[in-house]
Amino acid sequence: MCLAIPGKIQSIETLYDGMVRMAKVAFGSIVKEASLEMVPQAKEGDYVLVHVGVAISVVDEEEAQKSFEYLAMIGEIDELIEHTQV
Amino acid sequence: MKFISEFRDPELVEKYITEIRRTVTQPWSIMEVCGGQTHSLVKNGLLQLLPPEIRMIHGPGCPVCVTPLHLIDKAVHLAIDKGVILCSFGDMLRVPGSRMSLLEAKAKGADVRILYSPLEAVKIAAENPAREVVFFAVGFETTAPANALSVIHAHRAGLKNYSILASHVLVPPAIAAVMEDEDVRIQAFLAAGHVCAIMGIDEYYPLVEKYHVPVVVTGFEPVDLLQGILMTVKQLEAGEQRLENQYSRVVRPEGNAEARNIIGEVFEISDREWRGIGTIPGSGYEVREAYAAYDSNRKFDMPLEKAPENALCIAGQVLKGIKKPHECSQFGKACTPQNPLGAPMVSSEGACAAYYHFSQS
Ligand code: SF4
Repeated sequence: MCLAIPGKIQSIETLYDGMVRMAKVAFGSIVKEASLEMVPQAKEGDYVLVHVGVAISVVDEEEAQKSFEYLAMIGEIDELIEHTQV
Repeated sequence: MKFISEFRDPELVEKYITEIRRTVTQPWSIMEVCGGQTHSLVKNGLLQLLPPEIRMIHGPGCPVCVTPLHLIDKAVHLAIDKGVILCSFGDMLRVPGSRMSLLEAKAKGADVRILYSPLEAVKIAAENPAREVVFFAVGFETTAPANALSVIHAHRAGLKNYSILASHVLVPPAIAAVMEDEDVRIQAFLAAGHVCAIMGIDEYYPLVEKYHVPVVVTGFEPVDLLQGILMTVKQLEAGEQRLENQYSRVVRPEGNAEARNIIGEVFEISDREWRGIGTIPGSGYEVREAYAAYDSNRKFDMPLEKAPENALCIAGQVLKGIKKPHECSQFGKACTPQNPLGAPMVSSEGACAAYYHFSQS
Protein backbone atom coordinates (compact mmCIF):
# COMPACT_ATOMS: atom_id res chain seq x y z
CA MET A 1 0.00 0.00 0.00
CA CYS A 2 3.00 2.31 0.30
CA LEU A 3 3.47 2.06 -3.41
CA ALA A 4 4.20 5.38 -5.03
CA ILE A 5 4.90 5.50 -8.74
CA PRO A 6 6.22 8.16 -11.10
CA GLY A 7 3.94 9.45 -13.83
CA LYS A 8 3.97 12.36 -16.28
CA ILE A 9 1.60 15.31 -15.85
CA GLN A 10 -0.52 15.61 -18.99
CA SER A 11 -2.82 18.45 -17.97
CA ILE A 12 -3.72 20.51 -14.93
CA GLU A 13 -7.06 21.94 -13.89
CA THR A 14 -7.91 24.09 -10.91
CA LEU A 15 -11.03 23.56 -8.81
CA TYR A 16 -12.75 25.56 -6.06
CA ASP A 17 -11.63 29.01 -7.30
CA GLY A 18 -8.05 27.93 -7.80
CA MET A 19 -7.75 26.40 -4.33
CA VAL A 20 -7.20 22.83 -5.49
CA ARG A 21 -5.01 21.81 -8.43
CA MET A 22 -5.77 18.43 -9.96
CA ALA A 23 -3.73 16.77 -12.70
CA LYS A 24 -4.19 14.03 -15.23
CA VAL A 25 -1.09 11.90 -14.79
CA ALA A 26 0.02 9.24 -17.27
CA PHE A 27 1.59 6.04 -15.97
CA GLY A 28 2.56 4.41 -19.25
CA SER A 29 -0.78 4.00 -21.03
CA ILE A 30 -2.90 4.41 -17.88
CA VAL A 31 -4.09 7.91 -17.00
CA LYS A 32 -5.23 8.76 -13.47
CA GLU A 33 -6.22 11.87 -11.56
CA ALA A 34 -3.93 13.13 -8.83
CA SER A 35 -4.05 16.08 -6.47
CA LEU A 36 -1.18 18.55 -6.87
CA GLU A 37 -1.89 20.33 -3.57
CA MET A 38 1.41 19.15 -2.11
CA VAL A 39 3.56 19.99 -5.13
CA PRO A 40 2.61 23.60 -5.98
CA GLN A 41 5.67 23.96 -8.24
CA ALA A 42 4.68 21.03 -10.51
CA LYS A 43 3.85 21.87 -14.12
CA GLU A 44 2.75 20.07 -17.26
CA GLY A 45 5.38 17.63 -18.51
CA ASP A 46 6.91 17.09 -15.08
CA TYR A 47 7.19 13.63 -13.63
CA VAL A 48 5.56 13.39 -10.21
CA LEU A 49 5.56 10.58 -7.69
CA VAL A 50 1.94 9.71 -6.95
CA HIS A 51 0.79 7.91 -3.81
CA VAL A 52 -2.89 7.10 -3.13
CA GLY A 53 -4.11 9.81 -5.47
CA VAL A 54 -1.81 12.56 -4.25
CA ALA A 55 1.45 13.74 -5.87
CA ILE A 56 4.08 13.88 -3.12
CA SER A 57 7.26 14.82 -5.00
CA VAL A 58 8.45 16.14 -8.36
CA VAL A 59 11.06 13.74 -9.73
CA ASP A 60 14.40 15.46 -10.40
CA GLU A 61 15.94 14.26 -13.69
CA GLU A 62 19.42 15.50 -12.90
CA GLU A 63 19.48 13.67 -9.58
CA ALA A 64 18.11 10.52 -11.27
CA GLN A 65 21.17 10.49 -13.51
CA LYS A 66 23.38 10.01 -10.45
CA SER A 67 22.32 6.39 -9.97
CA PHE A 68 23.71 5.61 -13.41
CA GLU A 69 26.93 7.49 -12.86
CA TYR A 70 27.54 6.31 -9.31
CA LEU A 71 29.54 3.20 -10.22
CA ALA A 72 31.76 5.09 -12.66
CA MET A 73 32.24 7.78 -10.04
CA ILE A 74 33.34 5.43 -7.27
CA GLY A 75 35.54 3.65 -9.83
CA GLU A 76 37.35 6.93 -10.50
CA ILE A 77 37.70 7.66 -6.80
CA ASP A 78 39.16 4.19 -6.20
CA GLU A 79 41.65 4.79 -9.02
CA LEU A 80 42.56 8.15 -7.58
CA ILE A 81 43.24 6.57 -4.20
CA GLU A 82 45.33 3.82 -5.80
CA HIS A 83 47.37 6.40 -7.71
CA THR A 84 48.03 8.57 -4.69
CA GLN A 85 49.15 5.48 -2.77
CA VAL A 86 51.73 4.56 -5.42
CA MET B 1 13.33 9.01 -19.03
CA LYS B 2 10.34 7.32 -17.41
CA PHE B 3 12.03 6.67 -14.06
CA ILE B 4 10.99 3.03 -13.94
CA SER B 5 12.49 0.79 -16.63
CA GLU B 6 15.95 2.39 -16.37
CA PHE B 7 16.00 1.46 -12.70
CA ARG B 8 15.22 -2.17 -13.52
CA ASP B 9 17.93 -2.53 -16.19
CA PRO B 10 19.39 -6.06 -15.77
CA GLU B 11 22.84 -4.98 -16.94
CA LEU B 12 23.06 -2.23 -14.34
CA VAL B 13 21.67 -4.60 -11.69
CA GLU B 14 24.46 -7.04 -12.55
CA LYS B 15 27.10 -4.28 -12.29
CA TYR B 16 25.86 -3.27 -8.86
CA ILE B 17 25.86 -6.89 -7.67
CA THR B 18 29.45 -7.31 -8.89
CA GLU B 19 30.51 -4.15 -7.09
CA ILE B 20 28.79 -5.26 -3.85
CA ARG B 21 30.55 -8.65 -4.07
CA ARG B 22 33.87 -6.87 -4.64
CA THR B 23 33.33 -4.59 -1.64
CA VAL B 24 32.11 -6.98 1.03
CA THR B 25 34.69 -8.83 3.16
CA GLN B 26 32.66 -9.96 6.19
CA PRO B 27 29.05 -10.65 7.27
CA TRP B 28 26.69 -7.70 7.75
CA SER B 29 23.06 -7.48 8.90
CA ILE B 30 21.14 -4.68 7.22
CA MET B 31 17.49 -3.89 7.91
CA GLU B 32 15.27 -2.48 5.19
CA VAL B 33 12.58 -0.75 7.18
CA CYS B 34 9.89 -0.52 4.56
CA GLY B 35 7.65 -3.38 3.45
CA GLY B 36 7.63 -1.98 -0.09
CA GLN B 37 11.37 -2.56 -0.18
CA THR B 38 10.97 -6.09 1.22
CA HIS B 39 8.45 -6.79 -1.50
CA SER B 40 10.76 -5.47 -4.22
CA LEU B 41 13.80 -7.39 -2.89
CA VAL B 42 11.83 -10.63 -2.93
CA LYS B 43 9.87 -10.07 -6.14
CA ASN B 44 12.97 -9.15 -8.15
CA GLY B 45 14.99 -12.05 -6.76
CA LEU B 46 17.63 -9.70 -5.36
CA LEU B 47 18.08 -11.65 -2.12
CA GLN B 48 19.46 -14.56 -4.16
CA LEU B 49 21.85 -12.34 -6.08
CA LEU B 50 23.42 -10.74 -3.02
CA PRO B 51 26.59 -12.33 -1.65
CA PRO B 52 25.97 -14.62 1.35
CA GLU B 53 27.72 -12.17 3.70
CA ILE B 54 24.84 -9.75 3.37
CA ARG B 55 21.85 -10.63 5.49
CA MET B 56 18.82 -8.48 4.80
CA ILE B 57 16.52 -8.24 7.81
CA HIS B 58 12.95 -7.27 7.00
CA GLY B 59 11.69 -4.52 9.25
CA PRO B 60 8.33 -3.53 10.71
CA GLY B 61 7.56 -1.22 7.79
CA CYS B 62 4.25 -2.60 6.67
CA PRO B 63 1.49 -0.41 8.12
CA VAL B 64 -1.10 -3.08 7.39
CA CYS B 65 0.88 -5.59 9.45
CA VAL B 66 1.30 -3.38 12.50
CA THR B 67 -2.28 -2.07 12.68
CA PRO B 68 -3.51 -3.35 16.07
CA LEU B 69 -6.09 -6.11 16.19
CA HIS B 70 -8.28 -3.75 18.22
CA LEU B 71 -8.53 -1.30 15.30
CA ILE B 72 -9.51 -4.06 12.86
CA ASP B 73 -12.21 -5.04 15.35
CA LYS B 74 -13.39 -1.42 15.44
CA ALA B 75 -13.57 -1.26 11.64
CA VAL B 76 -15.58 -4.50 11.55
CA HIS B 77 -17.84 -3.16 14.32
CA LEU B 78 -18.48 0.06 12.39
CA ALA B 79 -19.23 -1.85 9.18
CA ILE B 80 -21.45 -4.54 10.69
CA ASP B 81 -23.10 -3.05 13.78
CA LYS B 82 -23.17 0.66 12.91
CA GLY B 83 -23.97 0.20 9.23
CA VAL B 84 -21.48 2.77 7.97
CA ILE B 85 -19.94 2.77 4.50
CA LEU B 86 -16.50 1.50 5.49
CA CYS B 87 -13.85 2.48 2.96
CA SER B 88 -10.36 1.04 3.00
CA PHE B 89 -7.24 0.34 0.99
CA GLY B 90 -7.48 -3.15 -0.51
CA ASP B 91 -4.75 -4.78 1.57
CA MET B 92 -6.62 -4.21 4.86
CA LEU B 93 -9.54 -6.39 3.85
CA ARG B 94 -8.14 -9.81 4.63
CA VAL B 95 -6.32 -8.87 7.84
CA PRO B 96 -7.79 -11.14 10.50
CA GLY B 97 -9.66 -9.41 13.32
CA SER B 98 -10.69 -11.25 16.48
CA ARG B 99 -14.30 -11.47 15.28
CA MET B 100 -13.77 -11.51 11.51
CA SER B 101 -11.94 -9.69 8.73
CA LEU B 102 -13.45 -6.81 6.74
CA LEU B 103 -13.75 -9.19 3.80
CA GLU B 104 -15.91 -11.52 5.87
CA ALA B 105 -17.93 -8.52 7.04
CA LYS B 106 -18.48 -7.61 3.39
CA ALA B 107 -19.59 -11.17 2.62
CA LYS B 108 -22.12 -10.84 5.45
CA GLY B 109 -23.61 -7.82 3.69
CA ALA B 110 -21.72 -4.92 5.27
CA ASP B 111 -21.02 -1.99 2.94
CA VAL B 112 -17.23 -2.30 2.69
CA ARG B 113 -15.60 -0.54 -0.25
CA ILE B 114 -12.04 -0.81 -1.54
CA LEU B 115 -10.58 2.52 -2.60
CA TYR B 116 -7.37 3.66 -4.23
CA SER B 117 -7.38 7.08 -2.55
CA PRO B 118 -8.90 8.59 0.62
CA LEU B 119 -10.07 11.51 -1.54
CA GLU B 120 -12.55 9.10 -3.18
CA ALA B 121 -14.07 8.43 0.24
CA VAL B 122 -14.88 12.14 0.56
CA LYS B 123 -16.71 11.97 -2.77
CA ILE B 124 -18.69 8.96 -1.53
CA ALA B 125 -19.63 10.94 1.60
CA ALA B 126 -20.82 13.86 -0.55
CA GLU B 127 -22.94 11.51 -2.67
CA ASN B 128 -24.47 9.72 0.33
CA PRO B 129 -25.46 12.49 2.77
CA ALA B 130 -27.79 10.15 4.69
CA ARG B 131 -25.04 7.61 5.44
CA GLU B 132 -21.96 7.76 7.64
CA VAL B 133 -18.76 7.20 5.68
CA VAL B 134 -15.61 6.01 7.47
CA PHE B 135 -12.19 5.80 5.86
CA PHE B 136 -9.79 3.32 7.51
CA ALA B 137 -6.79 5.66 7.40
CA VAL B 138 -3.85 3.31 7.67
CA GLY B 139 -0.30 4.25 6.81
CA PHE B 140 3.15 5.62 7.48
CA GLU B 141 4.28 9.22 7.03
CA THR B 142 3.93 8.72 3.26
CA THR B 143 0.17 8.23 3.46
CA ALA B 144 -0.55 10.68 6.30
CA PRO B 145 -0.78 13.78 4.05
CA ALA B 146 -3.37 12.15 1.77
CA ASN B 147 -5.43 10.97 4.74
CA ALA B 148 -5.21 14.41 6.36
CA LEU B 149 -6.12 16.03 3.06
CA SER B 150 -9.32 13.97 2.94
CA VAL B 151 -10.34 15.49 6.29
CA ILE B 152 -9.54 18.99 5.03
CA HIS B 153 -11.57 18.38 1.85
CA ALA B 154 -14.52 17.08 3.90
CA HIS B 155 -14.28 20.09 6.22
CA ARG B 156 -14.10 22.50 3.30
CA ALA B 157 -17.16 20.89 1.71
CA GLY B 158 -19.04 21.11 5.03
CA LEU B 159 -19.60 17.34 5.17
CA LYS B 160 -20.87 16.07 8.54
CA ASN B 161 -20.95 12.38 7.61
CA TYR B 162 -17.24 11.75 6.98
CA SER B 163 -14.67 10.52 9.50
CA ILE B 164 -11.42 8.57 9.55
CA LEU B 165 -10.38 5.63 11.70
CA ALA B 166 -6.74 6.66 11.95
CA SER B 167 -4.04 4.04 12.24
CA HIS B 168 -0.87 5.99 11.62
CA VAL B 169 2.63 4.92 12.51
CA LEU B 170 5.98 6.72 12.27
CA VAL B 171 9.28 5.24 11.16
CA PRO B 172 12.04 6.87 13.27
CA PRO B 173 10.58 5.83 16.68
CA ALA B 174 10.25 2.29 15.30
CA ILE B 175 13.94 2.23 14.31
CA ALA B 176 14.80 3.39 17.83
CA ALA B 177 12.57 0.69 19.36
CA VAL B 178 14.19 -1.97 17.19
CA MET B 179 17.68 -0.81 18.24
CA GLU B 180 16.73 -0.75 21.94
CA ASP B 181 15.74 -4.43 21.82
CA GLU B 182 18.78 -6.42 22.88
CA ASP B 183 17.84 -9.52 20.90
CA VAL B 184 18.18 -7.45 17.76
CA ARG B 185 21.54 -7.24 16.00
CA ILE B 186 21.27 -4.81 13.17
CA GLN B 187 24.28 -2.95 11.83
CA ALA B 188 22.73 -0.61 9.29
CA PHE B 189 19.41 0.62 7.95
CA LEU B 190 17.96 1.36 4.56
CA ALA B 191 15.49 4.14 5.36
CA ALA B 192 12.20 4.25 3.48
CA GLY B 193 12.48 6.66 0.56
CA HIS B 194 8.83 7.60 0.31
CA VAL B 195 8.57 8.37 4.01
CA CYS B 196 11.56 10.71 3.64
CA ALA B 197 10.02 12.34 0.55
CA ILE B 198 7.52 13.81 3.03
CA MET B 199 9.50 14.14 6.26
CA GLY B 200 12.96 14.94 4.89
CA ILE B 201 16.07 13.31 6.31
CA ASP B 202 16.89 15.37 9.39
CA GLU B 203 15.21 13.05 11.90
CA TYR B 204 17.67 10.28 10.99
CA TYR B 205 20.84 12.12 12.07
CA PRO B 206 20.16 11.50 15.80
CA LEU B 207 19.60 7.79 15.08
CA VAL B 208 22.93 7.52 13.24
CA GLU B 209 24.62 9.23 16.16
CA LYS B 210 22.92 7.40 19.01
CA TYR B 211 23.09 3.86 17.63
CA HIS B 212 26.28 4.20 15.55
CA VAL B 213 24.67 2.79 12.43
CA PRO B 214 24.86 3.88 8.81
CA VAL B 215 21.46 4.94 7.46
CA VAL B 216 20.94 5.22 3.71
CA VAL B 217 17.68 6.68 2.41
CA THR B 218 16.79 4.30 -0.41
CA GLY B 219 14.26 3.93 -3.23
CA PHE B 220 12.30 0.92 -4.36
CA GLU B 221 13.46 -0.23 -7.79
CA PRO B 222 16.16 -2.92 -8.09
CA VAL B 223 18.90 -0.42 -8.98
CA ASP B 224 17.84 1.82 -6.09
CA LEU B 225 17.96 -1.01 -3.58
CA LEU B 226 21.31 -2.32 -4.79
CA GLN B 227 22.84 1.14 -4.85
CA GLY B 228 21.50 1.71 -1.31
CA ILE B 229 22.98 -1.61 -0.18
CA LEU B 230 26.33 -0.80 -1.84
CA MET B 231 26.48 2.61 -0.15
CA THR B 232 25.66 0.93 3.17
CA VAL B 233 28.27 -1.80 2.75
CA LYS B 234 30.93 0.73 1.78
CA GLN B 235 30.28 2.59 5.03
CA LEU B 236 30.24 -0.62 7.09
CA GLU B 237 33.49 -1.87 5.57
CA ALA B 238 35.13 1.50 6.16
CA GLY B 239 33.88 1.62 9.75
CA GLU B 240 31.84 4.77 9.04
CA GLN B 241 28.37 5.79 10.23
CA ARG B 242 26.75 8.45 8.11
CA LEU B 243 23.39 9.42 6.74
CA GLU B 244 23.34 9.19 2.95
CA ASN B 245 20.59 9.75 0.41
CA GLN B 246 20.50 7.31 -2.50
CA TYR B 247 17.02 8.43 -3.57
CA SER B 248 17.80 12.06 -4.27
CA ARG B 249 15.64 12.19 -7.41
CA VAL B 250 12.60 12.01 -5.11
CA VAL B 251 13.83 12.88 -1.60
CA ARG B 252 14.91 16.48 -0.95
CA PRO B 253 16.81 16.82 2.33
CA GLU B 254 14.08 19.10 3.67
CA GLY B 255 11.24 16.82 2.54
CA ASN B 256 7.91 18.24 1.44
CA ALA B 257 6.87 21.23 3.57
CA GLU B 258 3.37 21.49 2.05
CA ALA B 259 2.67 17.87 2.90
CA ARG B 260 3.95 18.33 6.45
CA ASN B 261 1.75 21.41 6.92
CA ILE B 262 -1.27 19.37 5.93
CA ILE B 263 -0.30 16.59 8.35
CA GLY B 264 0.25 19.12 11.15
CA GLU B 265 -3.10 20.77 10.51
CA VAL B 266 -5.05 17.55 11.13
CA PHE B 267 -2.82 15.22 13.16
CA GLU B 268 -0.73 15.35 16.32
CA ILE B 269 1.90 12.90 17.54
CA SER B 270 0.74 10.25 20.01
CA ASP B 271 1.92 7.00 21.56
CA ARG B 272 0.95 4.07 19.41
CA GLU B 273 0.47 0.34 19.75
CA TRP B 274 2.16 -1.70 16.99
CA ARG B 275 0.68 -5.11 16.36
CA GLY B 276 3.15 -7.79 17.44
CA ILE B 277 5.58 -5.25 18.92
CA GLY B 278 3.72 -3.32 21.61
CA THR B 279 3.38 0.36 22.39
CA ILE B 280 6.12 2.67 21.10
CA PRO B 281 6.12 6.20 22.58
CA GLY B 282 5.49 9.04 20.13
CA SER B 283 5.20 6.67 17.19
CA GLY B 284 1.78 7.52 15.79
CA TYR B 285 -0.59 10.25 14.66
CA GLU B 286 -3.98 10.99 16.14
CA VAL B 287 -6.60 13.44 14.91
CA ARG B 288 -6.30 16.84 16.60
CA GLU B 289 -9.05 18.16 18.88
CA ALA B 290 -9.92 20.80 16.27
CA TYR B 291 -10.95 18.02 13.87
CA ALA B 292 -12.56 15.74 16.49
CA ALA B 293 -15.78 15.69 14.44
CA TYR B 294 -13.85 13.80 11.72
CA ASP B 295 -12.36 11.21 14.10
CA SER B 296 -14.30 7.92 14.06
CA ASN B 297 -12.89 7.06 17.48
CA ARG B 298 -14.55 10.10 19.03
CA LYS B 299 -17.62 10.12 16.82
CA PHE B 300 -18.80 6.56 17.47
CA ASP B 301 -19.35 4.81 20.75
CA MET B 302 -17.42 1.56 20.39
CA PRO B 303 -17.55 -0.52 23.56
CA LEU B 304 -15.13 -3.23 22.45
CA GLU B 305 -12.92 -5.34 24.67
CA LYS B 306 -9.34 -5.79 23.59
CA ALA B 307 -9.01 -9.31 22.19
CA PRO B 308 -5.83 -11.39 22.55
CA GLU B 309 -3.62 -12.16 19.54
CA ASN B 310 -3.36 -15.65 18.09
CA ALA B 311 -0.80 -17.28 20.42
CA LEU B 312 0.90 -19.28 17.65
CA CYS B 313 1.78 -16.26 15.52
CA ILE B 314 5.31 -14.95 16.11
CA ALA B 315 4.77 -11.80 14.04
CA GLY B 316 6.47 -9.63 16.68
CA GLN B 317 9.75 -11.49 16.31
CA VAL B 318 9.45 -11.49 12.53
CA LEU B 319 8.79 -7.74 12.45
CA LYS B 320 11.86 -7.07 14.58
CA GLY B 321 14.00 -9.29 12.40
CA ILE B 322 14.74 -11.79 15.19
CA LYS B 323 13.14 -14.65 13.28
CA LYS B 324 12.62 -15.22 9.56
CA PRO B 325 9.05 -16.05 8.44
CA HIS B 326 9.87 -19.66 7.57
CA GLU B 327 11.10 -20.19 11.12
CA CYS B 328 7.48 -19.81 12.30
CA SER B 329 5.84 -23.20 12.99
CA GLN B 330 2.66 -22.06 11.21
CA PHE B 331 4.31 -20.67 8.06
CA GLY B 332 2.82 -22.24 4.93
CA LYS B 333 0.86 -24.75 7.05
CA ALA B 334 -1.99 -23.25 9.07
CA CYS B 335 -0.94 -19.78 7.90
CA THR B 336 -1.12 -18.90 4.21
CA PRO B 337 -2.16 -15.73 2.32
CA GLN B 338 -5.56 -17.38 1.67
CA ASN B 339 -5.99 -18.10 5.37
CA PRO B 340 -3.65 -15.80 7.30
CA LEU B 341 -3.19 -16.19 11.05
CA GLY B 342 -1.23 -12.98 11.37
CA ALA B 343 -1.08 -9.68 9.53
CA PRO B 344 2.40 -10.12 7.95
CA MET B 345 0.89 -12.95 5.87
CA VAL B 346 -1.80 -10.67 4.46
CA SER B 347 -0.28 -7.71 2.72
CA SER B 348 2.05 -8.39 -0.20
CA GLU B 349 4.42 -6.07 1.68
CA GLY B 350 4.35 -8.23 4.78
CA ALA B 351 7.49 -10.32 5.29
CA CYS B 352 5.57 -13.61 5.70
CA ALA B 353 3.54 -13.13 2.50
CA ALA B 354 6.61 -12.04 0.56
CA TYR B 355 8.43 -15.22 1.64
CA TYR B 356 5.39 -17.35 0.96
CA HIS B 357 4.99 -16.11 -2.61
CA PHE B 358 8.67 -16.56 -3.18
CA SER B 359 8.72 -20.13 -1.85
CA GLN B 360 5.85 -20.96 -4.22
CA SER B 361 7.62 -19.74 -7.34
S1 SF4 C 1 3.78 -17.14 9.20
FE1 SF4 C 1 1.71 -16.53 9.87
S2 SF4 C 1 1.59 -17.21 11.98
FE2 SF4 C 1 3.77 -17.20 11.45
S3 SF4 C 1 4.52 -15.15 12.03
FE3 SF4 C 1 3.90 -15.01 9.89
S4 SF4 C 1 1.79 -14.29 9.99
FE4 SF4 C 1 2.25 -15.07 12.06
